[in-house]
Amino acid sequence: MLYREAGDFKTSYRADGQTFPIRLDRWAYYAAIAVAFLIVPFIINDYWASAVFVPFLIYAIAALGLNILTGYAGQVSLGTGGFMAVGAYAVYKLMTAFPEISIVIHILLAGGITAIVGMLFGLPSLRIKGFYLAVATLAAQFFLVWLFNKVPWFYNYSASGQINAPERTILGFAVSGPAASASTKYLVCLVFAFVLAWVARNLTRGTSGRKWMAIRDMDIAAEIIGVNPLAAKLSAFAVSSFFVGIAGALLFSVYLGAAEVGEAFGINKSFLVLFMIIIGGLGSIFGSFAGAAFMVLMPVLLKNLLVGGFGWPTDLAAHIELMIVGALIVFFLIAEPHGLARLWALTKEKLRLWPFPH
Amino acid sequence: MDQMIFAAEIFLNGLMTGVMYALVALGFVLIFKASGVFNYAQGVLALFAALTLVGIQQGQVPFAHMINAVFGTHVEHFGWTVPSVLAIILTGAVMVLLAFLIEKLVLQHLVGQAPIILFMATIGLAYFLEGLGDVMWGANIKNLDVGLPQGISESIEGVTANWFGYGFFIDRLDIWATVIAALLVAALVAFAQYTKQGRAMRAVADDHQAALSVGISLRFIWVMVWSIAGFVALVAGIMWGTKSGVQFSLSLIALKALPVLMLGGFTSIPGAIVGGLIIGVGEKLFEFFIGPMVGGATENWFAYVLALLFLVFRPQGLFGERIIERV
Amino acid sequence: MNQQTEITADGRQIGGTLMEMKNITLRFGGVEAIKNISFDIREGEIRAIIGPNGAGKSSMLNVISGFYVPQEGEIWFKGARRGPMKPYEVARLGIARTFQNIALFDGMTVLDNIMTGRLNRMRAGFLSQALWWGAAEREEIENRERVERVIDFLEIQNIRKTPVGRLPYGLKKRVELARALAAEPQILLLDEPMAGMNVEEKEDMSRFVLDVNDEFGTTIALIEHDMGVVMDLSDRVVVMDYGRKIGDGTPDEVRNNQEVIDAYLGVAHD
Repeated sequence: MLYREAGDFKTSYRADGQTFPIRLDRWAYYAAIAVAFLIVPFIINDYWASAVFVPFLIYAIAALGLNILTGYAGQVSLGTGGFMAVGAYAVYKLMTAFPEISIVIHILLAGGITAIVGMLFGLPSLRIKGFYLAVATLAAQFFLVWLFNKVPWFYNYSASGQINAPERTILGFAVSGPAASASTKYLVCLVFAFVLAWVARNLTRGTSGRKWMAIRDMDIAAEIIGVNPLAAKLSAFAVSSFFVGIAGALLFSVYLGAAEVGEAFGINKSFLVLFMIIIGGLGSIFGSFAGAAFMVLMPVLLKNLLVGGFGWPTDLAAHIELMIVGALIVFFLIAEPHGLARLWALTKEKLRLWPFPH
Repeated sequence: MDQMIFAAEIFLNGLMTGVMYALVALGFVLIFKASGVFNYAQGVLALFAALTLVGIQQGQVPFAHMINAVFGTHVEHFGWTVPSVLAIILTGAVMVLLAFLIEKLVLQHLVGQAPIILFMATIGLAYFLEGLGDVMWGANIKNLDVGLPQGISESIEGVTANWFGYGFFIDRLDIWATVIAALLVAALVAFAQYTKQGRAMRAVADDHQAALSVGISLRFIWVMVWSIAGFVALVAGIMWGTKSGVQFSLSLIALKALPVLMLGGFTSIPGAIVGGLIIGVGEKLFEFFIGPMVGGATENWFAYVLALLFLVFRPQGLFGERIIERV
Repeated sequence: MNQQTEITADGRQIGGTLMEMKNITLRFGGVEAIKNISFDIREGEIRAIIGPNGAGKSSMLNVISGFYVPQEGEIWFKGARRGPMKPYEVARLGIARTFQNIALFDGMTVLDNIMTGRLNRMRAGFLSQALWWGAAEREEIENRERVERVIDFLEIQNIRKTPVGRLPYGLKKRVELARALAAEPQILLLDEPMAGMNVEEKEDMSRFVLDVNDEFGTTIALIEHDMGVVMDLSDRVVVMDYGRKIGDGTPDEVRNNQEVIDAYLGVAHD
């Protein structure tokens, strides 16, 4: 009975344009933020941080990025893994070249560098559409991984070909390297995810978002009403790659600590993030988080169930996980092409009318 | 002069690889033309076919790993082996069954969805089949031997040694693979052009509605093209599996077929063939001439970058139909 | 610029030449869709282009909106020759249009669709947009007010937040008109605004077209099939047949033009 907009009148266009128009939604949002910032950091342990929370937040950032490009601007990309690698290697080079500068700056710069690389690979999108573009982004994926593998300058000529994150601190707390604690890692990722989600929301509700969606829904009509298609597509590639680059930088420096490019940023990573936005919901900020949570939690749960519960060998569990992921993708596309976000919206719609649906 | 002879040898090898690419690409084109589905799972189909073939041949118990895990048993093999020809026929039957199931469980429910949704569904399908193949037959690397000749062809080595003073090293398997692939390509083209089913398939490709209205069954056509694709995958799986073992990387050859398609155009059969040859030869020559300067392994990306650059100048591919935009 | 400002019988003002098409020829391969056509559009008038199917009307509209680039001929806009332009540059000159086969953005709400009409007037920088601070938020609210006026004018308040994909055909047409109007264009191009509508919807649409012209003084160029509607609505009519211009003048003049009667009214009336 509480969940409805009746009586919650908007008296200005500003109020009408807010993110959570329903009061209860707003409260739920504030509560979630409060728990995430004020409670979780104090109770989190290493297992929860490294198995669930940190990867969830990092992948949520990557999913937000890909969702801007694919969900909002309609340009399918299979190059996410490659762009994450750009972020990771950029932050690695910056961290080792300028140790006196804050890692926050490095991570942001890594995002900026990835944005430039993303725009470069986005250039063909003006001429290439649909599948052709999806396949073309594979060029970015394979070329970038090869590049970081073959050019020793990128991994500082290390013998193993790996990159290792040196210890860096923010306000005296270690955020990278072995000394970093679970709660600092979590908090750093949370702040990035929170701010970037807010930026994504702002961009998608305003001028840029409308341009992207216009291009997505009908590119010819968009051009005729005055959207410059190249500018719109390139800006989508840039913003998307910025997010993905930051995700890659965090994944390497805060989460993994050490990375080998083919393993950490291979094509499977591209698909993983793509699946997140399909399952979560294309063109939805909430969906990016929901999809990331789903794809991070599911393997953990399956592993606990199959290996811990049934005592099956881990490799068998891994193969069954592949089958389940694949089947779920197909299932979601058949049942609800708009993903978890739409399911959630439909539930809320029902709730709004409850208990008098007519 | 030596350089040129090496290059010629590499050219030949590239041509033969290219025929294989063309074969896989053809599987894509057929499905795309008939159902508008861009089938990402084509490579995994090849892997699945090869795994099934080895499994049947060696009398493996399907799902042995899982059965053992659940019931605590130790079953692995039935204790018999199946002759190659019979095993290939049985695998073919499995691929047809798979085509039927895919149509029934996936495609039928996605009729009328945007092409990109169908594409993503085939990515899901690829994951599922990859997992299924592993669960059914185990993930270890397997040797595949259906009696194809292997080893360096002495006769070619002898002939070229006479001509150039340098014997070309060419694997007999590659020669056989090329011949079989070329025959299969010819057979598929003939099928599409001259048989009733082939015409029906092209009709569906042109216009679903119109094809329906003259009494062509869409479902039949789809099951048929997916079966054909399964068959093509089986052949590709046999060739590649014999050459480098049946393992996950086999599914990646299909990824190589993607740039072939971009080059040739998604709807063009000659495009798939020419594109395959260009990429096969191009990547080998590039690796030979430029590879050493940049650290090698350029085959990983050359095909994609070539296709990308090419598309920027000719978005419809080599033989694709020109797109006229309207409002 | 040689014409004098006129006042029409119903009190609207019609000014000098706003746009002039000079000897336009458009070919697709070997086919000439438009053959050496010239005409002008005066400020404040309702100018119709009519003709049977395949006459080249839509091609002409596409030439005006920059989607097709003619092989020969000149387009003059506000006394200056318009060079070769991309469609989005033409839109920024102040030329908005609707489409024969509705071209709305199906994934967006009615409100967002209409807001896209104002994209060319949004100036906020990227940073301001990202932070939703300063210019971005101010602009959004200012433009929302403008858009709300269009929404009121076209009487579509109740569907503001409905996704466009769910709307019936007639309403979609109206939303499309709203999107074009939101741009506050100098010239509004309407591509068969009444196509596929029932009588009632046609009457509504005719009223809106007249009101737009009357209240905002917007110059309108429209293509229409329905002769009756065109004759009632427009100030001047261009008649096309097989890519040629066979008549040009007031509805009465055109009605009595023998060539028009033969080509259109008499022979190929569908």
